[in-house]
Amino acid sequence: MSVFAFYLFAISVITGGLFTVISRNPVHSVLWLILSFLSAAGLFVLLGAEFVAMLLIIVYVGAVAVLFLFVVMMLDVDFAELKAEMARYLPLALLVGVVILMQFALAFGVWESNAAAESLRAQAVPVDRHNTEALGLILYDQYFLLFQLAGLILLVAMIGAIVLTLRHREDVKRQDVLAQIYRDPAAAMELKDVKPGQGL
Amino acid sequence: MASDLTLILPEILLAVYAMLALVLAVYTRKDEVASTLLWVTVALFIAMAAWIGLVRDGSAAAFGGMFIDDAFSRFAKVTVLLSAAAVLLISEGYMAKRGILRFEYPVLVVLAVVGMMMMVSSGDLIALYMGLELQSLALYVIAALRRDSVKSTEAGLKYFVLGALSSGLLLYGASLVYGYSGTTLFSGIITTAKSGEGSIGLLFGLVFLMAGFGFKVSAVPFHMWTPDVYEGAPAPVTAFFATAPKVAAMALFARVMHDAFGGVVKDWQQIVALLSVCSMFLGAVAAIGQTNIKRLMAFSSIAHMGYALMGLAAGTAFGVQAMLIYMAIYVTMNVGTFAFILMMQRDGQVITDIGALNNYASYQPGRAMAMLVLMFSLAGVPPMLGFFGKLYVLRAAYDAGLVWLAIAGVIASVIGAYYYLRIVYYMYFGDTDGDRLDDSRSRVLSGVLMASAVVMVIGIANMFGIEGAAASAAAELVQ
Repeated sequence: MSVFAFYLFAISVITGGLFTVISRNPVHSVLWLILSFLSAAGLFVLLGAEFVAMLLIIVYVGAVAVLFLFVVMMLDVDFAELKAEMARYLPLALLVGVVILMQFALAFGVWESNAAAESLRAQAVPVDRHNTEALGLILYDQYFLLFQLAGLILLVAMIGAIVLTLRHREDVKRQDVLAQIYRDPAAAMELKDVKPGQGL
Repeated sequence: MASDLTLILPEILLAVYAMLALVLAVYTRKDEVASTLLWVTVALFIAMAAWIGLVRDGSAAAFGGMFIDDAFSRFAKVTVLLSAAAVLLISEGYMAKRGILRFEYPVLVVLAVVGMMMMVSSGDLIALYMGLELQSLALYVIAALRRDSVKSTEAGLKYFVLGALSSGLLLYGASLVYGYSGTTLFSGIITTAKSGEGSIGLLFGLVFLMAGFGFKVSAVPFHMWTPDVYEGAPAPVTAFFATAPKVAAMALFARVMHDAFGGVVKDWQQIVALLSVCSMFLGAVAAIGQTNIKRLMAFSSIAHMGYALMGLAAGTAFGVQAMLIYMAIYVTMNVGTFAFILMMQRDGQVITDIGALNNYASYQPGRAMAMLVLMFSLAGVPPMLGFFGKLYVLRAAYDAGLVWLAIAGVIASVIGAYYYLRIVYYMYFGDTDGDRLDDSRSRVLSGVLMASAVVMVIGIANMFGIEGAAASAAAELVQ
């Protein structure tokens, strides 16, 4: 049963990937990509890594792919032109692709791990605790340094996005929190005593 | 854990500094404090380099072997910090004048330097990747810093796309290596690589890893992005690209080859030698047709990376020593040359055409002389320091039995001399008619130019002692 499920998911990952590249409509491409992600999540479940599988669905399908969809739909990209460009290089690309594929067949055909590899490899499925807990233990302990570095990378990404896109325009009113806090009634308001029957 | 944090203290301090500087600038007067921030950063880099180079010692691993602090990493860190400081120094005036000196610039440079320091200290494939991405991402942003210029934006985008491709290659290689050896730690990979029969899978992983590094050091055939990015990015940023990241990437290359694959030198030696010979020749030949000095420097840096790779291709401790010395000299020459390029202006407009240098020596004899020294040094003409750098790598290749590579290096260096000497020719024997370049009054730029030229001349006495430091660094890396 699990063998059947494995081949089902594996084939749909590859099909999804293939159609992502070759489908004519970019929106279809993104949908095929989502299929790919979903099947990959299925493969993770088969491996017993249900937390990673859920992450894949929530982050990649839920956020990234939807973002892709937005970008594809909102940006005015001339895909026909891109396709024409692609057709021009197709023979060469196919040649390179086929050669690399054959090389991989060569490499994976005689694949062997080192004798010591299995003992060095981290345990794939934790036995005494659930997935999420095990991941947390590794992430915040053994990989503490890398976790912090990933944070720095995200910080750079954030700074970069602001540096490259934020523009201050003179004609746009911006919120000034400090000015709002320091407003006092004496300066901001004027009390008038309006006599009945008369205007100001 | 506490001792781990002591080992990584320089990186922590720099990262904290970057964040503090960011918050401070955002909550005060933003770009108006950019200059101050830049000078403080320069001072911090120099202090940090002095601390790492003069005070810290010993050899230890932290975080379960993911972070290595040894003489090799310290040598690379000092070089990276000093070159980053020099580049920030020369970029202030240029960027302030063109209104692109924003407070994020020094902050991003600091974060890129943190990434580079992580790269040269990495003892694990994941740590390597994290450091590499940290520096690359910061570099992509500063390449596009001049966001109203199409060329600068294009440079940033090109760099980003090709950088992402190279990261993909590198990660794929890393996954194959992990598949073979069962661990991402270099210390684990080296034992499994030694004990195995020489599996094809491991070799594939190695090749992909090297392709990724080839992109980062811009070695042929992974060099396509270099001329466009160098041309499009603002000149001070180009100066930064040509110096610190190259040192870091080259040191990382050496670190992985020797720390993780030190037992199987034969597996990678030929590939590095091939990268080296292609880079030397393409760098020498393709630069001949260039008239834009930034593109010319791009091909020049490709050729120089070829020579540095020659040291690595030797696969010996002496080879690594030669490579480190070569990189230190290369960075010094490049900082001086870029200080000169930043001065090339006419009526306040940036000039990048080398034809504009016609007759430069007649009205700026001092700077022309300094540039002559630098060009001779870049070309490897004997009395200058650049010649001794080349001599070192050639000897390393010769000692390791790569005689053909050494001969190819000599031939490429003769071809490459043409375009360096052409600049000298324009300055001294060019047409006398035509407009003069502006007389730049920047003391910083001419000071850096002169200092770099003086180093190229008096450095031949004892190389300021970097020989010994490089030797001990190489000895710790290659065992």
